[in-house]
Amino acid sequence: MSLLTLRRNFFNVHVITTTKIYRENCLNEAKTEGKSELIPSIKFRHSCLLRNQRCIAAYLYDRLLRIRALRWEYGSVLPTTIRFHMCAEEMEWFNQYKKSLATYMRSIGGEEGLDITQDMKPPKSLYIEVRCLKDHGEFEIDDGTVILLKKNSQHFLPRWKCEQLIRQGVLEHVIS
Amino acid sequence: MADGVSDSDLSGGEESREEVTMTPAELIARLEQAWLNEKFSPELMENKSELVECVMEQLTHMEENLQRVRKGDVKASVHRMEIDRIRFVLSSYLRSRLQKIERFFPHVLEKEKSRADGDPSFLSPEEFAFAKEFLANTEVYLRNVALKHMPPNLQSIDMLKAVPEPCLDSFVFLRVKERQENILVEPETDEQREYVVDLDKGSQHLMRYRTIAPLVASGAVQLI
Repeated sequence: MSLLTLRRNFFNVHVITTTKIYRENCLNEAKTEGKSELIPSIKFRHSCLLRNQRCIAAYLYDRLLRIRALRWEYGSVLPTTIRFHMCAEEMEWFNQYKKSLATYMRSIGGEEGLDITQDMKPPKSLYIEVRCLKDHGEFEIDDGTVILLKKNSQHFLPRWKCEQLIRQGVLEHVIS
Repeated sequence: MADGVSDSDLSGGEESREEVTMTPAELIARLEQAWLNEKFSPELMENKSELVECVMEQLTHMEENLQRVRKGDVKASVHRMEIDRIRFVLSSYLRSRLQKIERFFPHVLEKEKSRADGDPSFLSPEEFAFAKEFLANTEVYLRNVALKHMPPNLQSIDMLKAVPEPCLDSFVFLRVKERQENILVEPETDEQREYVVDLDKGSQHLMRYRTIAPLVASGAVQLI
């Protein structure tokens, strides 16, 4: 799921063309009082305008869907390489979306809530063998023991603690 | 774990409800049914907040029990797996709902706004708030990036028309739990006549969702 930079130039051209078509339509409309032969061309231009609007909306909405997928894949903090491809309004959308999602998750069940971005796959085993792909520092598990996650070290850890780190690319599930 | 879980303990007491006691096994079975129905249905199913609350309570209960067990005991790992499995089913159920709410957000909001007071709700209050925020967020984004630069008569988009509705004619697999008679099956082509079928208990079918939607809601059939 890659997100390319918002194609501003292409996009602006589109908006400018739309505006030009609209202006032509306005001019024609001004002349139409009484005469009806210009009406088909006005209607034609109007449908071009609507199509342009639909295309732009579809392109932007598709980007939003990809950004939404990023929240579910990477978590609340996006890598800088991805943020580079997003415009300010998209960052704003992303921030609002993660706020809404967090509020919703906290409200589940009436107490502390449930993080539904975890448990994405049915659990097969309790503990899994993982290899560390990059230095991540210290990591505490449920019974208090602290593990040092150094690059290339292998550990046998509870599955539910590792899910997030596996998705972020810090740990790798070793299937022997 | 033989304790029963009572629905009325959790209700706010706003409406008088008959006390329904379920064993944990029945609760989990109901959760799995709701999960499968939600997963395979093309539209958002009825809201089951009480079920979600009961399951969350059950999970907390099980976690507490687990803390008290001696570490290294074999029972602990079995219970742990059980907790993980239930949590997975619950998360998957809520994720399916959220995905459908996001996909069909204008229609879902419209349906909720236009329902009568006595009808069952499709969205929990939290889901409703989420859907409203999603709509507002998306509209603000589209307006600021594109629409405000467009000519005056194109500055708004009708979300109800722009976002596609769920396809109720998609086919679903189902298992019959209660015998049904005289189910009207609509013709797919003009040459076929409408015909009625009887659904026998325990039989499995592949049918158009629209035909059996009310049966799924009432629990007479189970989507698989």
